[in-house]
Amino acid sequence: MTRRASPWAWLWLLIGALYFFVPLFATAQFSLKAKKDVLSFAAYQNVLGSPAFFQSFVFSFRTALLTIVISALLIVPTAYWVNLRLPRLRPVIEFLTLLPIVVPAVVLVFALIRTYNRTPLTDSRAGTYILLTGAYVMLSFPYMYRAIDTGLRSINARTLTEAAQSLGAGWGTVLFRVIFPNIYISLLSGAFITFAIVMGEFTIASLLSQPAFGPYMNLLSSSKVYEPSALAILSFGLTWLAIGLLQVFSRRLPGRAQIVGTK
Amino acid sequence: MAQTIGAETDLPTATPRTAFRLSWAWLGVVPFFAFVIAFLFYPALSIVVQTFLDQGRNPTLQNIRDLNQPFIISSYLYTIELSAVTALIGGALGFLLAYAITLGHLPVWIRSSILTFSGVASNFAGIPLAFAFIATVGVQGLITQSLKSIGISIYPRFSLYSFWGLAITYIYFQIPLMVLIMAPALDALKQEWREAAENLGATSAQYWRHIALPILLPALLGTTALLFGNAFGAQATAFALTGGGAQSSVVTILIGAQLNSDALSNPGLGNALAFGMIVIMTITIGLYSVMRRMAERWLQ
Repeated sequence: MTRRASPWAWLWLLIGALYFFVPLFATAQFSLKAKKDVLSFAAYQNVLGSPAFFQSFVFSFRTALLTIVISALLIVPTAYWVNLRLPRLRPVIEFLTLLPIVVPAVVLVFALIRTYNRTPLTDSRAGTYILLTGAYVMLSFPYMYRAIDTGLRSINARTLTEAAQSLGAGWGTVLFRVIFPNIYISLLSGAFITFAIVMGEFTIASLLSQPAFGPYMNLLSSSKVYEPSALAILSFGLTWLAIGLLQVFSRRLPGRAQIVGTK
Repeated sequence: MAQTIGAETDLPTATPRTAFRLSWAWLGVVPFFAFVIAFLFYPALSIVVQTFLDQGRNPTLQNIRDLNQPFIISSYLYTIELSAVTALIGGALGFLLAYAITLGHLPVWIRSSILTFSGVASNFAGIPLAFAFIATVGVQGLITQSLKSIGISIYPRFSLYSFWGLAITYIYFQIPLMVLIMAPALDALKQEWREAAENLGATSAQYWRHIALPILLPALLGTTALLFGNAFGAQATAFALTGGGAQSSVVTILIGAQLNSDALSNPGLGNALAFGMIVIMTITIGLYSVMRRMAERWLQ
């Protein structure tokens, strides 16, 4: 017997939906107004055709990939060992997972710049890029860790490892041929969130003077009227793509994927 | 629970092998901890320590006292107020939306679309969100113009660049966060509790007042605290809307400005500002952690 939906539910749904969609609709409509009195994609053409857009997009894209790789390399072994051998570390890791929220992006970049002041890390392009990537890895870490940890717990890594070892597998085989194929979906889900975070990030990139996508978007707002709206729609579309793919992949996950983001 | 794999723990000869294997495990996590220390822990700790040191490395409370300037105090109050307002309103609306898609018996496809959208919307913050709201309620925005065409002029009394303008922009990413966290909590309210209450003659209001809300309260409070922290730490959105001048109203922007101003630099002030933020965020997240643990007792 299915119960009929209560009218209150429809009301709150309507309010929520309006709040979500009206700004998007307004932005889309605004972005189409670049040519006077006619709806056109001129703003989009301007944006997509500009070399500055391409450069900053590629910069952030590369940084996102680098962040994902470093993050995965650090977190997968850690999550694995914590799950298998070092359960005492779990509360420590849980605490560390909350640190990036306690130390928000602006405080993090402030601390990084002040702490590593007058070292090569702040004096050179390469150095600040290292700081940028390091900061992004820290930002991504709660989501990556939670995704991989959930994946490891749901595949019962301990049992799998024991089974593999009883068949004579060494650690390399266990990690790469037993564990990894089973958690690569969790890895992907963490990767997609990280991608969305890095592509949209502004605070750290701008304070470290990096030519990333976020600062580019902000720069455009001071000179152009319609292009920023086109960028907002593109950026939303990109985030949607990342989270959408995450949903597609995480449906194959035994556990539940975390898609909570921070602003 | 056995720390080692296999049955070796029972054999006396296992101990040296156990120790050897444990040390491999610790080695596996060292890179991770080294990274966290280098890029988060050490810098943050350094800021906290530096707050209490002056230029000559002597202990001092002067940096904290320097916080006692009108524009800094008002900035902290403004940010706290903004975070509290958006946490409460965003939390309330988010909870109602979460209720609608879980217990509201709406068609199933609505639930998954709203959850997916919430995942996207909670990440859609910062610069693009500011642009979106400029296009909506900015001077040339869609809603502004539509209201003008029927005779209602919301400017100049309302401005997107004022408190409420910032608030409604922040609420855009607060609502989805609330939905994402509360939907599973609402799912965990057992059907049996509702049925038992109805069997005993409770009305819907009584069920909510005496059973559901008390059970949900820790999750509600905890998530509201998280929303508060979320808004308090936000910088990009406010920066895009207010332009980020050093006299700006949000603490995060003040901290960012400390890095860019080379004249009149009082480095201790920046440290103290950051320290103040860390203190507030620690209290907030501490509250959230405590509440979450309480919530887990009932809502598995």
